Amino acid sequence: MSQSAPKEYLQVILSDGKLDKSSEPSLSEQDLKHIYRSMLTTRLFDIKSMNLQRQGRIGFYVPCSGQEAAQIGSAFALRNSDWTLPTYRDMGVAILRGVPVRTLFDHLMGNAKDLMRGRQMPNHWGFKSANYVSIASTIAAHLPVATGVAMAMKMKNEDNVVMAYHGDGATSAGDFHSAYNFAGVYKAPIVFICENNGWAISLPASKQTASGTFAEKALAYGFPGVRVDGNDALAVYKAAREAVERARKGQGPTMIECLTYRMGPHSTSDDPNRYRTREEMEAWKRKDPVERFRSYLERKGYWSKDFEEDLRAKIDAEINTAVKEEAEVPPPELSTMFTDVYSTMPQLLREELREEEEFSESSSTNA
Amino acid sequence: MQAVNQALREEMRRDDRIVILGEDVGRDGGVFRATEGLYDEFGANRVIDTPLAESGIIGTAIGMAVYGLNPVPEIQFLDFIYPAFDQIVTNLSKLRYRSGGQYSCHLVVRAPYGGGIKGGHYHSQSSEAYFAHTAGLKVVIPATPYDTKGLLLSSLRDEDPVIFLEPKRIYRAVKGEVPDGEFTVPIGKARVAREGRDVSIFAYGAMLQVCLEAAESAKKGEGVDAEVVDLRTLVPLDIDTVMASVQKTGRAIIVHEAPKTAGFGAEVAALIAERAIEYLKGPIIRVAGYDTPFPYTLEEHYLPSVPKVKKAINKIMQY
Repeated sequence: MSQSAPKEYLQVILSDGKLDKSSEPSLSEQDLKHIYRSMLTTRLFDIKSMNLQRQGRIGFYVPCSGQEAAQIGSAFALRNSDWTLPTYRDMGVAILRGVPVRTLFDHLMGNAKDLMRGRQMPNHWGFKSANYVSIASTIAAHLPVATGVAMAMKMKNEDNVVMAYHGDGATSAGDFHSAYNFAGVYKAPIVFICENNGWAISLPASKQTASGTFAEKALAYGFPGVRVDGNDALAVYKAAREAVERARKGQGPTMIECLTYRMGPHSTSDDPNRYRTREEMEAWKRKDPVERFRSYLERKGYWSKDFEEDLRAKIDAEINTAVKEEAEVPPPELSTMFTDVYSTMPQLLREELREEEEFSESSSTNA
Repeated sequence: MQAVNQALREEMRRDDRIVILGEDVGRDGGVFRATEGLYDEFGANRVIDTPLAESGIIGTAIGMAVYGLNPVPEIQFLDFIYPAFDQIVTNLSKLRYRSGGQYSCHLVVRAPYGGGIKGGHYHSQSSEAYFAHTAGLKVVIPATPYDTKGLLLSSLRDEDPVIFLEPKRIYRAVKGEVPDGEFTVPIGKARVAREGRDVSIFAYGAMLQVCLEAAESAKKGEGVDAEVVDLRTLVPLDIDTVMASVQKTGRAIIVHEAPKTAGFGAEVAALIAERAIEYLKGPIIRVAGYDTPFPYTLEEHYLPSVPKVKKAINKIMQY
């Protein structure tokens, strides 16, 4: 299959504020408001969580501000029965798929209600009810797994698809190559969303690869790579919907490179001022995806100041109540350190649990 | 070898979630013929010839397991597993734990391992220690055809990820009774292959045969009555059987092909020292491969042999 390297990219809400009506997807007012609510919730959740870490109320956090359109626009193209394998920065995907902020905070706090049982640092969550597979820190390690899930869907003759997320940095890892190669060979029903946010911690995308674009890497694996304005939720949605339909029809994988920007640090342990310019960050602030979508809603006549204030008040209340209540939840039981290593606890771990219980008891009585 | 083939075939008939994947496993039937005939019977949807990428083989197998299949990825030689090591340590061993039990991996990694076939550095390695050291994995190593089938069937039915290492030296060399049909050997249970009272010898894989021969020779020659225990499962280890044997004999020898330093023998030795020191008459002796890469021409000098095990028996009997 010959295909020219994709240098141009898809935009619907043009950066000068105009609209490309020819590519505007037809979404209902309800759908559009749902997308906006999810994006705004993600942004407000993100700001709150950064604050919680700075206040010492959670230990660590990986922010996603700036990438809401790439995450939510793409995830909106999925059915509930489709699977996602996201990265630690993809809480927009979780929120869009119905995971309550309360549940997210439980994980960040690592309390007894955390679905991960307090075993992993933030943002290493997973939500089976949202078909959001749990996360490891190792970059790109989930990608071959994502391809395998898609292969299994095909082998079982089910018409579900997988949406796998990764960043620009991940495209350098060996697992990216294995995953894309197997996906192409087996025509797996998978959509790869490459959130090119410009930075892999301090390494700019221009130093991550000598390739002109990330999207053209897909061609080497035998499937299309498209580029979209990753801060335009409608453009992302449009590209994702087409890719999902291709996959569901058995036409194989697609890679969607979303050009976006990591407005915050890599994590709360990072200071991007050490390697990025203020000018660059200001320039991207002007392309804020949440604001851009808001202006689209306004142009459609679906937005008003009252609507905005009400919505923000509702989301803030949900977030603040959740933080207040979940902060009261105690840490997980000691036994959770030893359960789920295997399906049933083997003798050696039973002994180790007993050893730790006795040790904890004796040190607390001696305290 | 036939035991592997039989186990896979019978279980694939019984459980249609089982799929096999790996290099050359389908049309070629596997370089050791372990999967011979399975492609013809079950088709390309269940016996998959993969591209050449161990990280892809294990990684996609993990995805299949998470979605509800029972994959059996084959690594052509254990020596080639390292590109998949990250998938094994980062994902396979931790999925159940890190997801709070929401996700898990019902999966068996099969790989021929060990030396004695003039394979040199990259076709002879015994790296079971790396996997024994990774919480969340089970490590199973049969030493006989009967146990190969029984343990493989148990592994295929186990809900946890199993690393199933097949001693390639005995693929064709050891003949044994393997009944057709349904039987399993439990994971996590060692077997006393030869009862004795003077010294306990712990071994697994191809070394079992070596130890049994050494025990026979010690009985005939020096009148020493050695007990030989086949560990069969390294993780979870059958600690009770090991300790019962040491309590009986008071002398312990551990034999494995893998290099001595930080090999699995070190773990067994530490466990014995922690739990049974008052029963020991003398030091715990390990007979193991040397701490070198696996040599080609001098292979016989590298591997533990009947004379080397006998030397250890004679040494410990002085205590």
